[in-house]
Amino acid sequence: MNKARRNIWHSVAAHGILLTYTLLALFPVFVILINSFKTRKAIFRHPLQLPGPDTFSTIGYDTVLKQGDFIQYFENSLIVTVVSLFFVLLFGAMAAFALAEYRFKGNTLLGLFLALGIMIPIRIGTVAILKMMVASGLVNTLTALILVYTAQGLPLAVFILTEFMKQVSEDLKNAGRIDGLSEYAIFFRLVLPLVRPAMATVAVFNMIPIWNDLWFPLILAPSEATKTLTLGSQVFIGQFVTNWNAVLAALSMAIIPVLVLYVIFSRQLIRGITSGAVK
Amino acid sequence: MSALKLEKVCKSFGSVKVLHDIDLTVEDGEFVVFVGPSGCGKSTLLRVIAGLEDASSGSVEIAGRDVTTTPPSKRGIAMVFQSYALYPHLTVQGNMELGLKQARMPKSEIAQRVAEASRMLSLDDYLDRRPAELSGGQRQRVAIGRAITREPELFLFDEPLSNLDAALRMNTRIEIANLHRTIDSAMVYVTHDQIEAMTLADRIVVLRDGRVEQIGSPMDIYNDPDNQFVASFIGSPAMNFVKAAAYGFDKGAVLGIRPEYLTVVDSGRLSGVVTHIERLGAETNLLVDLDTDDTITLRLFGQYSFDVGQKVGVDFDDAKALFFGKDGQRIR
Ligand SMILES: Nc1ncnc2c1ncn2[C@@H]1O[C@H](COP(=O)(O)OP(=O)(O)O)[C@@H](O)[C@H]1O
Ligand SMILES: [Mg+2]
Repeated sequence: MNKARRNIWHSVAAHGILLTYTLLALFPVFVILINSFKTRKAIFRHPLQLPGPDTFSTIGYDTVLKQGDFIQYFENSLIVTVVSLFFVLLFGAMAAFALAEYRFKGNTLLGLFLALGIMIPIRIGTVAILKMMVASGLVNTLTALILVYTAQGLPLAVFILTEFMKQVSEDLKNAGRIDGLSEYAIFFRLVLPLVRPAMATVAVFNMIPIWNDLWFPLILAPSEATKTLTLGSQVFIGQFVTNWNAVLAALSMAIIPVLVLYVIFSRQLIRGITSGAVK
Repeated sequence: MSALKLEKVCKSFGSVKVLHDIDLTVEDGEFVVFVGPSGCGKSTLLRVIAGLEDASSGSVEIAGRDVTTTPPSKRGIAMVFQSYALYPHLTVQGNMELGLKQARMPKSEIAQRVAEASRMLSLDDYLDRRPAELSGGQRQRVAIGRAITREPELFLFDEPLSNLDAALRMNTRIEIANLHRTIDSAMVYVTHDQIEAMTLADRIVVLRDGRVEQIGSPMDIYNDPDNQFVASFIGSPAMNFVKAAAYGFDKGAVLGIRPEYLTVVDSGRLSGVVTHIERLGAETNLLVDLDTDDTITLRLFGQYSFDVGQKVGVDFDDAKALFFGKDGQRIR
């Protein structure tokens, strides 16, 4: 009896805390969403009110879609994020496999070297990076952004994935070797599926900063054709006047792809956890 | 032609030498068991045979072919692991097929081999399941099935029963013995369990710290151990060792006698006090503190009752006593 009651309180408390946190986290998003469908006046008079018949307006979305190449920005952001994530995961996993699987001289040292990037922010090297991009003629290309984001994501990816790959059963890899699988097949067919949860974690960690980044798009690829969504949205924020309808509409639309990617990765996370392990 | 021939095989990890000059020949159809305490290098030796580790020096020959530099998949071996090591994303059938598919074997032959193995191991009902949906015993049978379909020259088992519970362990042990009778390939089997070693082996290889201590048939090893380590490692309860001189023997430093060769008598050469008694039904184990300060174990067949603290006389047949020198080597 006593124990049962305590358990109920425990779960009530836990749910209470989690719900509060969820509300806190979702509240700004909610405010952005409702206000993106309101007239400018209504946004400032009653920022917390839901759009009503009088205040409903899609003026923000109209402006955004008409303005410049918004679809183009969107595409740029998506390409940069997805391709960077792909390379971070691919190269990160390959490096991690080598560090975890093979004994060679300097293995530990190389691992430490690769992890160094976690502690040193890549923005410190902005000037050098810009010089390099100018020299190689990559300024104002998406390639420049992809290269930088891949470099930025690799250290943490290698670090996390190495730990996970060390835990993949030695016997399983050896069974594959005896059955004639190449090292590549062992990597892609046996090891990668088993570290999927870790890959999803790395992907989620990397995705948001890349998608939201303003710094490198502004410096490396500010041209009209290569603007990302975040950079593109800045046109609505002026020094004197800000078109809030448009800013809110742009932000609302920017959330969608991140949400979709997140759902995909979190599925992997859960599936990875529940799928049968080795033993 | 022998199934396996090891010559002067050494293996070091960095500066740590794990295997020292291992020489061994396994004949066709022979069942050889490596036994030894944990960490003595059994798995390492098996992995060197499989080609999963390179030998630091020495040569490995399988079925008359020098395979020292051949990759594992081309050595004509199959291996069963303690952790089963099934491919989690493949079905039972997929697990058994993978190696054959990699070897580009014709489909009809693959199907026939899988069917044969699954019939032998009664896996027919499970072919479409994934490893996660099988019990431990079934998983180990799939792992054995995967080995059988390869039709290897040499089977390698690395403690295949260690993850199974006691009842299942005995069944699977018998299954492996039957398997050996049926397919008649040479098998090398690693275990730290002396019961598995004694019951399965044609020949036992006792290893300690990366060295071969003795090679022989189970009864040879039991009755005629070469040294004190082998004598103490094989047999349960373990052999009793007492200082030979204290009992009037001038041969060797240590006298070894198995618990079952000791008898309780009214007045014998030894006497002492019962300190513990274990009644197992079929046998009774008696711990006795001798007057000479040694503690010995007696194994009496049948049911007896003694009181703790009771004084007993103990004697033995001299013909069953073994003598060891100071260095632990047997003195015959
Ligand atoms: N990859 C490795 N690197 C370094 N030492 C190892 C490695 N594999 C095994 N060893 C060492 O070799 C010894 C024998 O190991 P192993 O063959 O697994 O023993 P067993 O199977 O008899 O229990 C152990 O002392 C172990 O620490
Ligand atoms: Mg082992």
